[in-house]
Amino acid sequence: MEKILEVKDLEVSFQTYGGSVKAVRGVSFDLHKGETLAIVGESGSGKSVTSQTIMKLIPMPPGQITGGKILFNGDDIVPKTDKEMEKIRGKEISMIFQDPMTSLNPTMKIGYQIMEGLIKHQNMSKQAAKQRAVELLSLVGIPMPEKRVNQYPHEFSGGMRQRAMIAIALAANPKLLIADEPTTALDVTIQAQILELMKDLQSKMDTSIIFITHDLGVVANVADRVAVMYAGQIVEMGTVDEIFYDPRHPYTWGLLASMPSVDNDDNQDLAAIPGTPPDLTNPPKGDAFAARNKYALAIDFEEEPPMYQISETHFAKTWLLHPDAPQVEPPDAVKKRIRQLSSTFKTPVLVKEDK
Amino acid sequence: MAKYIGKRLLYMILSLWLIVTATFFFMRIAPGNPFTSEKQLPPEIEANLNAHYGLDKPWYAQYGDYLLKVAKWDFGPSFKYKSQSVNDLINEGFPVSFILGLEAILIAVAFGLILGIIAALKHNRWQDYTAMIIAVAGISVPSFIMATFLQYFLAIKLGVFPVARFETFMHTVLPALALASTPMAFIARLTRSSMLEVMSNDYIKTAKAKGLSQGVITVKHAIRNALLPVVTYMGPLTAGILTGSFVIEKIFGIPGLGSHFVTSITNRDYTVIMGVTVFYSIILLASILLVDIAYGIIDPRIKLAGGKKGE
Amino acid sequence: MQISKDKFQLVGTKISEAEKISKPSLSFWKDVFIRFRKNKLAMFGLVLLGVLIFMAIFGPYMTEYDYRTNDLTNKNQSPSSEHWFGTDDLGRDVFTRTWEGARISIFIGAAAALIDLFIGVLWGGISGYKGGRTDEFMMRFADVLYGVPYLLLVILLMVVLGQGLGTMILAMTITGWINMARIVRGQVLSLKNQEYVLAAKTLGANTSRIMAKHLIPNSMAPILVTMTLTIPSAIFTEAFLSFIGLGLTPPLASWGTMANDGLPALRYYPWRLFFPAIFISLTIFAFNVVGDGLRDALDPRLRK
Repeated sequence: MEKILEVKDLEVSFQTYGGSVKAVRGVSFDLHKGETLAIVGESGSGKSVTSQTIMKLIPMPPGQITGGKILFNGDDIVPKTDKEMEKIRGKEISMIFQDPMTSLNPTMKIGYQIMEGLIKHQNMSKQAAKQRAVELLSLVGIPMPEKRVNQYPHEFSGGMRQRAMIAIALAANPKLLIADEPTTALDVTIQAQILELMKDLQSKMDTSIIFITHDLGVVANVADRVAVMYAGQIVEMGTVDEIFYDPRHPYTWGLLASMPSVDNDDNQDLAAIPGTPPDLTNPPKGDAFAARNKYALAIDFEEEPPMYQISETHFAKTWLLHPDAPQVEPPDAVKKRIRQLSSTFKTPVLVKEDK
Repeated sequence: MAKYIGKRLLYMILSLWLIVTATFFFMRIAPGNPFTSEKQLPPEIEANLNAHYGLDKPWYAQYGDYLLKVAKWDFGPSFKYKSQSVNDLINEGFPVSFILGLEAILIAVAFGLILGIIAALKHNRWQDYTAMIIAVAGISVPSFIMATFLQYFLAIKLGVFPVARFETFMHTVLPALALASTPMAFIARLTRSSMLEVMSNDYIKTAKAKGLSQGVITVKHAIRNALLPVVTYMGPLTAGILTGSFVIEKIFGIPGLGSHFVTSITNRDYTVIMGVTVFYSIILLASILLVDIAYGIIDPRIKLAGGKKGE
Repeated sequence: MQISKDKFQLVGTKISEAEKISKPSLSFWKDVFIRFRKNKLAMFGLVLLGVLIFMAIFGPYMTEYDYRTNDLTNKNQSPSSEHWFGTDDLGRDVFTRTWEGARISIFIGAAAALIDLFIGVLWGGISGYKGGRTDEFMMRFADVLYGVPYLLLVILLMVVLGQGLGTMILAMTITGWINMARIVRGQVLSLKNQEYVLAAKTLGANTSRIMAKHLIPNSMAPILVTMTLTIPSAIFTEAFLSFIGLGLTPPLASWGTMANDGLPALRYYPWRLFFPAIFISLTIFAFNVVGDGLRDALDPRLRK
């Protein structure tokens, strides 16, 4: 399959009063055509910064890409200027934001907000763009699009606005759509509708999607692959099955164990992950998750763990996969779901860093 | 819309009635009779004068007369200048003040917006600091001091502009500048903070994510939204320009309504004080109403019928 | 890389270590102070204010002249080592009068701010706390007053009640408190439904205790800023009124009356107007930048 996006050792930091915050610390992943990758993590794990860096939407300064590459169709976008990015944003890569209440311009008609991208990227005339805007609104399931096109955002409900946002994002047929927690601010029933819509449109348009979320339940629904982020790093990445049925990183265990599920029939308590994420102004020595980790090894407080490969598609960054590490039992909630997957290697393989 | 304006007009008339009533009674309890400052008048002449101005009637009759006259746009005669009515003063002075005020408003809005937008776009850079130092200075130097400085240095010392009076366009430049300096500074600060707030909004990010250029984002998405709070400032702006004109006209010897008003205060010319106060109040209330209507037109979120901001 | 086996012992969480706060925690006001100190313009304003207040207290004693004694043999002298800021048309020393004027301006500013504070906090606090009909009535009343053009009202009152320091402060505060009342009411309205206030209520704290312990301290920031910004506007109003001849009466010296006296002589004796004019502007400037600095320091959302 064709690789559309390759992120290599991306490092992003922000200059603040308190010092430089290393928000993203060496993130690498890739994305194929038509694929959906979910990036999961707590607030502050760097998932939004990573995704916004791909479009170079982080404010610079104070933000700064301090290392790494972002190859989009084989072309590194890190050195690109703002002017050059304008040809990529909206046309090649689009984005949907978390809060549909604030991400639409309140004093501009919905239709015009959709038309802007069309006029800019596809050289459409105003009339043609308006025609297309009506089509797009109907495509994202907004009734009476001819009337809605002339309305303002405040006349739309939250779910409707997010549909309009999707219409804006998809206007110019982008190859990659980044959805930054698109359903977090919506009611649960509306969430499901929006997810359905995105899946539906993806199959029609063959767009690749990066789906940012903190909700593992949503992930299972939409993603092909999952990357789990913690403290600015990807700690585990694999297919949905691998992450849900054979997780290896204790942080992923924690996330899964803290996820409420209907088949949790034995009145089991939800296992919260204790503590809070580290301060990224001064990332702790060793494994950033060690202090909160029930399964922390002595070495976790000294050395950063390397990445191990568990299958062709499954990676985890934990010392627990080292041959000398003790065998530990994942929490019960996780243990119950573990299945033997056929693609798993016999033993985890250390990933050589190619520096 | 029509219903809303009708309702607002009704409130306006109510406030005006309050202001007229308040001025009327203030003036009645004010120390001294309008003729006391002049040399002792023979009692029969004073009685005649009182009868002539209706001052011999009981207070409620005087009040009723006054209300009726004001409703007919008649503010009565001046106590000091017997041959002139307050209406004459207004008709003669207001056009001058109006031209001056309009010029000042244009200067204040144009330069204030430019300064504020530049400052916001160049946030935390030298352009921002320069614009904000100009703005703080503009707010700190009262208009009448700005006027004397301008007059002394540009007119008296350098002779670039005429010192006083109101004849050609050149005569209007310094007074309009002095009048505009404080509101301009306010508009600059307001525009800057409003622009900064708007620029940090998610929809600016959306616009950027669409691939729009910085210029298009600034003009189409940021400025329009940033202007909303500036529009609400237009009401206080009119008030500021209006009261500012009292002193500016005095300093530059401009025969506008403001200088008539100040003279009438010094002379304790009660009918003029009353009439001009009422007249100014009408202008202020009307301009506030106009601003509100304009606001409703440019912000689609506001339904004029309700008159309340809906988020 | 070879790692010794004992490094692979299970040791588990060290939450206490993770939760350790790396920076020393600062009290709110200390934090505000640090932020304020970083604002160079505001610090400059504060120093300027210190100098102005110092001169207002000691300035009049620095010369052998007093502010009210006429000396017709030495009128309209330009600034010299004898008379640092020159003399006016009655031969009075402009330096001494300038600092006399500073006392009056700062006094008026402070008095107006304090009275506004007192009435505004009381009115806004009660209105916001009681809510309902009381609130409706109290705020409508404030709205009506607020609709009256401020300077016109002040002028009217000065005409009616006669000129003087007391009348001037009264005239300024008669509508000045409304702004403060609105701000306090807004704060109280948003604060009174916060959980910690509900908690205090549940624990049986009475109204005055809730007001004094919870609502007022938490509204301190906007109140303080409003107060700092009331002072320059009061100083401006005094100067304005005096300048149109509605201010203090001679021989009292205020910056406004001095500027008014100096205006006719601008062409020949500009210092008579310039000295008070410069000090009016400097004082308003100092209060404005200190107020702005305070607002930025108190509102961490603006921290950049």
